[in-house]
Amino acid sequence: MPNALPFKRLPTNKAEWVTVYIEGQPVKVRQGDSAAAAVLAAGLQPSRTTVVSGSGRAPYCLMGVCFECLLQIDGVENVQGCMTPAREGMQIMSQKQARQLNNSKPSDLKPTDLKNSHIKNEDTAV
Amino acid sequence: MNTPEYDLVIIGAGPAGMSAATTASSHGLKVAILDEQAAPGGQIYRSISSPAIANESILGADYYHGRTLLSAMRYAKVDYFPSSSVWTVSPELLISFSKAGKSSQIKAKKLLIATGAQERPVPFLGWTLPGVMSCGAAQILLKSSGLIPSGPLVLAGSGPLLLLIAAQLNRAGVEIEAILDTTPKGRYLKSLRHLPAALRNLPLLLKGVGLLIELKRAGVRYINNAAQLKALPDDTGLLTKLQFKTGEATDTFNCKTLLVHQGVVPNVQLTRALQLEHQWDELQQCWKPTLDSWGESSQAGIFVAGDSSGIAGARAAEYMGELTARRIAQLLDKLSQETLLLKTAKTGRLLQQQQAIRPFLDALYQPADEFLKPSDETLVCRCEEVTAGQIRSMVAQGCTGPNQTKAFSRAGMGPCQGRLCGLTVAQIIANERQVTVSEVGYYQIRTPIKPLTIGELADLAE
Repeated sequence: MPNALPFKRLPTNKAEWVTVYIEGQPVKVRQGDSAAAAVLAAGLQPSRTTVVSGSGRAPYCLMGVCFECLLQIDGVENVQGCMTPAREGMQIMSQKQARQLNNSKPSDLKPTDLKNSHIKNEDTAV
Repeated sequence: MNTPEYDLVIIGAGPAGMSAATTASSHGLKVAILDEQAAPGGQIYRSISSPAIANESILGADYYHGRTLLSAMRYAKVDYFPSSSVWTVSPELLISFSKAGKSSQIKAKKLLIATGAQERPVPFLGWTLPGVMSCGAAQILLKSSGLIPSGPLVLAGSGPLLLLIAAQLNRAGVEIEAILDTTPKGRYLKSLRHLPAALRNLPLLLKGVGLLIELKRAGVRYINNAAQLKALPDDTGLLTKLQFKTGEATDTFNCKTLLVHQGVVPNVQLTRALQLEHQWDELQQCWKPTLDSWGESSQAGIFVAGDSSGIAGARAAEYMGELTARRIAQLLDKLSQETLLLKTAKTGRLLQQQQAIRPFLDALYQPADEFLKPSDETLVCRCEEVTAGQIRSMVAQGCTGPNQTKAFSRAGMGPCQGRLCGLTVAQIIANERQVTVSEVGYYQIRTPIKPLTIGELADLAE
């Protein structure tokens, strides 16, 4: 759930706005935003936990270098959020530690399923 | 499957790549430009084809100069591949890249690597906390999304970009608690001997001074000689405070966002993976590929231009791209040696003028030791969570270089492939062993240089 103060938006040039779902909650973002920008605009921090210690992280460089913005996007884990343009209906979840190898196919998942798989990930991560 | 063949393939659509593409096509070369971003511009001209912010005075005229490069490339005959991540290049210049989850290959007679720069890693206590970001990241959010960080906001570090992003955020109406300048005391004196040469690029020098004056006038609190940064979390693990020292005194600021910066360094991931010769730049404290005066690397046919060849800035990158493209046209018999020299004389002079200011800036903004060789408790490898102290104890056990510490600790083996720890690990080892960084060396970078699915690899088998 979004918990940090969200980044604010300056007056922007005209563009399409799309709805993405961050941890299941709808958020309107501007076409051209990356998934990582969407996460910051929604105030979801941390957006991933580390593989080794499980500590919280958030997007750091936003240019594809640091891999701190790894997210679960449309059911696929470990996706670089800053390199993924936001699309209408995109399901964005935080990345919990290492990816699960037995993940279902993205096409099999509905928003509610995503939520369940997220909780499951959290349990197995302990 | 027929592999498309080009006279010149350019990797990276920043200022160097764009100007090279336009120039090369004007000489009749068949040109392709591959870029991992969804739109051209690189990081400096990020989103220049559709800037997010309505008010153009926030980012300033230098950013919108990117439109000139963009419109020139649009009119040129260039095959542009956006969202395309190059993951390997064969010795025969067969380039493999991934686009929308599918791999493809194109062949090049000559290759130009224009992959730009990345921000230097800034290790200090707490730099991994959510809420700590690089200054470059904040600028990317401004350019591509019009997003501004949540406050209270503190900026800390050293270098021109620190001042620029502070001024841009200030113009956007963002309240800045303080700017902490970590430039060590002696640096101003040390850099003075480079000042006469820097005067050859007076406009840029004045721009820097102008930014300082702008921030002072706006009443932004500016603290010099800040050291020993320590970011502290609240009980949910998010950034809440920045502690620092000036002299003997310890001070603290509340902050929800901390933007850090210690200059930029060449992005050497691809040039390393291709095993081109590299050299250590003592003044810039970074590695860069060894090149001839036209940008050709130790491997014939592979050229490097722009910041990935050594940091010189966006205008210099633009000029380098043009010069290298003309040289490549000459090598492919599209123009004579004589015409080449004639056509490149003026741009060559402009490039030298841009480069003249670098020794001054590099000497002034060389990072403080605490960021190059951080304290024992500081994480240096963010991915695998390895501390500076662990690296030091591995050296004590006999590790002589980064490839040994990698085997001992996995430092450099996480998803970023060493991009955020390579420099730090090498400098810590060199310092412990009391030898030069050149002697210690760098990680052996292996392809694929970007994460790849098995499916993307299998595409090429068809």
